[in-house]
Amino acid sequence: MPDPVLEVRDLRVQFPGRHGTVTALDGVSLHLNAGEILGVVGESGAGKSMTGLAVQGLLEPPGHIAGGEVWLNGRRIDQLSNRQMEKIRGREIGAIFQDPLTSLNPLFSVGSQLEETIRLHLDMTRAEARARAIDLLRQVGIPGPKERIDHYPHQFSGGMRQRVVIALALAGEPKLIIADEPTTALDVSIQAQIIALLRRLCDDLGTSVMLVTHDLGVIAEAADRIAVMYAGRMVEIGPVREVLRQPTHPYTRGLMDSIPALGRRVAHLTQIDGSMPRLDAIPDGCAFNPRCAHVGPRCRRARPALMPTGAGQNACWLTHGGVA
Amino acid sequence: MTRPPALSVRNLTRVFDVSAPWLNRVIERKPRQSLRAVDDVTFSVPVGGCLSLVGESGCGKSTVARLVTGLYAPSEGTIEFGAEIDGAPLSAQMIFQDPYASLNPRWRVRDIIAEPLRELKLRDTEAEVRARVDELLTTVGLAPRDGGKFPHEFSGGQRQRISIARALATEPRFLVCDEPTSALDVSVQAQILNLMRRLQDELGLTYLFISHDLSVVRHMSDRIAVMYLGRVVEEAETEILFANPRHPYTRLLLQTIPSIENPKRQREAEGGEVPSPLNPPAGCAFHPRCPLADARCSAERPKVIALADGSRLACHRVEEAEAAALSQRATAMAGAL
Repeated sequence: MPDPVLEVRDLRVQFPGRHGTVTALDGVSLHLNAGEILGVVGESGAGKSMTGLAVQGLLEPPGHIAGGEVWLNGRRIDQLSNRQMEKIRGREIGAIFQDPLTSLNPLFSVGSQLEETIRLHLDMTRAEARARAIDLLRQVGIPGPKERIDHYPHQFSGGMRQRVVIALALAGEPKLIIADEPTTALDVSIQAQIIALLRRLCDDLGTSVMLVTHDLGVIAEAADRIAVMYAGRMVEIGPVREVLRQPTHPYTRGLMDSIPALGRRVAHLTQIDGSMPRLDAIPDGCAFNPRCAHVGPRCRRARPALMPTGAGQNACWLTHGGVA
Repeated sequence: MTRPPALSVRNLTRVFDVSAPWLNRVIERKPRQSLRAVDDVTFSVPVGGCLSLVGESGCGKSTVARLVTGLYAPSEGTIEFGAEIDGAPLSAQMIFQDPYASLNPRWRVRDIIAEPLRELKLRDTEAEVRARVDELLTTVGLAPRDGGKFPHEFSGGQRQRISIARALATEPRFLVCDEPTSALDVSVQAQILNLMRRLQDELGLTYLFISHDLSVVRHMSDRIAVMYLGRVVEEAETEILFANPRHPYTRLLLQTIPSIENPKRQREAEGGEVPSPLNPPAGCAFHPRCPLADARCSAERPKVIALADGSRLACHRVEEAEAAALSQRATAMAGAL
């Protein structure tokens, strides 16, 4: 098996504060193979965006990586200085953020923003960079790229702007793209276009994508594997089809059941009672135990690690020796 | 059905003036510009029912909500609430999308919920107000002691419960819900949707529900109106709409929802995007994106027609197809005779 593009091992992110240290990510492990889309889901505050930021070295101080390792293309990157990370961001890791309007500078044409990024990372003349910028705009499906390159961000619609942001992420020819809620600000019919584009880029260019979203529908259509996070921990990870058809962790199952189905109508939606614990008040044992229907004494006592089940892994005593 | 509807909206239009400032207009010789956010919209909601408005951003669904609750005045058309049993007009309240922006962060929850009671003088003494607030908190699944807290101490789902309690304070019979769950996570969304369904049954509420999420809409509503660029393009019973979407735009919407049960991995990317409402296409507003469009669609605006099963639709091509099928059946019948 070839080496993964990205490997995260037992990552811990902490935010020291006046009232004690908050552990935002606790023992997160995942890997991404070449040309693969890994969907990361969870509720707000579960740590899915935090994982993406930690990999890119973009944690807001005082947040820092307190433990674990991040390996990118066979090189350990979690201990690099900010200056060294600057060389990696854009060149080896591309980023796509939720809001396409705030990720572009309104005062520069999209062409000059693309050319700047290209020339920063690749050794190209101005003319070559412009040709590549036009080519990138064509790749992401913007009609009339030769004319559009001189337009400013406000002249593009939301969907087209997100395509420009994707072109920017591709500019340094990165092997890995971290896309944080790339379709959340878009309408459904435009969202479908962007999902199709991401899939096509993965297939054509062999880029790996870490797709962070709260929308399980988007993951179902775009991702190869899915990682489910809860309260800063990984609870289940596996091939998308298996996890969505037969979720093994009670939280994943609850999440799936609480989505109103399009195909049939039910009188009452299954709901997970309560809410995710605050990160400074995570219960002992399994973080999900106060809301879990299958909870047993072992769940309150010992924290389950990610253990193999079927085609993937989960962190639940239920499938690993019982909850008693 | 003989009961008058809880709400009937006829030919509702709202035009916004979006002209550049006067000086710019003079210097740059720009004309005044107006935006028809809602254009000739007609619908009614039966008592105890739930009508949903769906559509993409900018289609005018939130403007309809604000017109219905009187936050905007209509440019044309009428909005009429039906009478309750005792003859008093129905009272309406609104639940807003963002539970972070719709609650005053400096007020205690108790005061937020009590504000409509105090403002409208619905209770005489402060003790009665307190009792009603405690009752409301219990109704929406919070505890009376939560009343002493501030909004920031609650999660998004709990805040939306507070918004619902505030909306219910005046005992309205009609609730306008503008994307009440789009700011929430799915597991919390299920809690809020279940709560809203339970309240509808217990209190006999009528809902006008606004959402862009078709799966939520299907779960909540009896009838759905699909909007595109300020107009209703199709309106039908929920089951009919999902089983047999007629308008090409409704079909596009239903096709493009990412589905967990049946993911379309090798989808055809649907082309096109929503045109600017400042300069909507002539004729049928959907014709530049429509696979069925012909010359008539780009010239003539389709009228809303009523169909046999109670659906309403604005599309030339579907209308023509139905008429053709009807005349074919008539000829076949005549031939048989």
